Amino acid sequence: MKWLRHNGILIYAGLAIAYMLAPLFVIAVFSFNDPAGKFNFTWEGFTLLHWENVFSIPDLNEAMTNSLQLAAVSTVLATILGTLIALALVRYEFFGRRPANFLIVIPMATPEVVIGAALLSMFLIYGIDLGFTTLLIAHVMFSISFVVVVVRSRLIGFDRSLEEAARDLGAGPFETFRLVTLPLIAPAIISAALLAFALSIDDFVISNFNAGDYVTFPLFIFGASQRGIPVEVYSMATILFLITLAAMALTVWQQRRAERMAAVQPEEDVAAPTALAAGNARG
Amino acid sequence: MRDTVRNRLVPYFLMGPGLIWLILFFVIPLGYMGELSLRSGTLGNFVFDWNFGNYTDSLSRFDSQFLRTFIYAGTATLLALLISYPLAYAIAFRGGRWKNALLLAVVVPFFTTYLIRTIAWQTILGDSGFVVDTLKTLSLLGDDGRLLATPTAVIAGLTYNFLPFMILPIYASLERIDVRLIEAAKDLYSSSRQAFWRVTFPISAPGVVAGTLLTFIPAAGDYVNAFYLGSTNQAMIGNRIQALYLSERDYPTAAALSFTMMVAILIAVFIYIRFAGSEALMGEEDER
Repeated sequence: MKWLRHNGILIYAGLAIAYMLAPLFVIAVFSFNDPAGKFNFTWEGFTLLHWENVFSIPDLNEAMTNSLQLAAVSTVLATILGTLIALALVRYEFFGRRPANFLIVIPMATPEVVIGAALLSMFLIYGIDLGFTTLLIAHVMFSISFVVVVVRSRLIGFDRSLEEAARDLGAGPFETFRLVTLPLIAPAIISAALLAFALSIDDFVISNFNAGDYVTFPLFIFGASQRGIPVEVYSMATILFLITLAAMALTVWQQRRAERMAAVQPEEDVAAPTALAAGNARG
Repeated sequence: MRDTVRNRLVPYFLMGPGLIWLILFFVIPLGYMGELSLRSGTLGNFVFDWNFGNYTDSLSRFDSQFLRTFIYAGTATLLALLISYPLAYAIAFRGGRWKNALLLAVVVPFFTTYLIRTIAWQTILGDSGFVVDTLKTLSLLGDDGRLLATPTAVIAGLTYNFLPFMILPIYASLERIDVRLIEAAKDLYSSSRQAFWRVTFPISAPGVVAGTLLTFIPAAGDYVNAFYLGSTNQAMIGNRIQALYLSERDYPTAAALSFTMMVAILIAVFIYIRFAGSEALMGEEDER
């Protein structure tokens, strides 16, 4: 009884984690399924067929390519814009800090349907054709805030004396930024970029409003789910997941290394993966 | 002199492009949505004429969806809290050297595509699935009972899909607690339970407040879970907004509905923050 009181919470935690991993397990297992009909909902038998033919559905490949292109461009733009905002917010005292902060928090606190609907309203009023450009506008827009949050959390723990040392040793402001600041905040920028990429490639709700005929990976899944999702989608989702996982492990590792080098407070290292994951769940 | 003026302008130059992007493509579109919501007419010929009737119409037409949205999202938020707090607590205080691995296990599932994750739940809760079978064997579900297309399934999906939003802020606030405070409480003869409710929980409250908000807001706006796990009887406001914009193309009503929902959520959030009285919410205070 005493043992149960002491360890009950661990059992509970174990069950909770099993619950969280359940869908993942289902996706991986069902990528080996051999469904009889069009719907991949019941287990019929084991086959490697859908792994061999992952790239054999032209529409799916196109959707994936579209998603990758969109995510790449949107990530670059959002990361640059967001990092600059974070630098301004952390480094300078200026008039209008609060409204600026507010403007960054609000999009994260707005339901995605509203963001998507508002953008669509504007595009409709101006009669703008929906497609890559409108999607890019939307994706950069919802990624910026998350980039700011990740980069800012890192800049706050930044040791300014390193920059002062560079200035004392004769480096100009731009040289100092390029040679000292940038390398030190690079891990934060990379994790922010990864988050922006993950947000973009996984976005369904906002894209659904602003895509027009441009089909991304989530939009392909949504379209296909009415008439039966090809098993290959499960395989591709598994691949995508493994890549993201590897990328995440890599940043965590790199961040650790950078932290050891810069001797930054260890407190800060929860912030980046926290925002990283929280952002990803937005869907 | 000129140098200081230039220095003072630096932050504006840095923020400028990003903030302009947010204003152009977030703030201004909201204005256009407001304008659209006051138009009347038919597709292709909507005219702006201060038609506030769209608001009253959308409220009376979709009152049941509104109610349902708040009940579903509220229940899901509460369930997520019940799942997340003990889990975050266990990781923060009992995780030991497994802490990082456990955190990873918690966030990893959310690196799969959102739609696929929800479709996986459709499979798990499916009519001939393992869960339904077990519930039938235990007579918890009738012979022709099902989980899909019930409120239970939609709430289960909502609870699951936004868990990291709940776990991570709570974990972050628990992680920061100085264990010596809890030890001090115990030294001063408080029981474990008293120490928890009077020391640990109050300190972690900002995490709980942030987590509940970060879960409630996306859950209230969601339409994916209701779409895959429910039927039209479980449709939420998000489903209606989506259908009105994308298939029925009744833009003024759709815009009015979106606006009403945003305002309703903001009011709920405002009341909640007042009630919870948290200033640490956005983390603005302890930032610098």
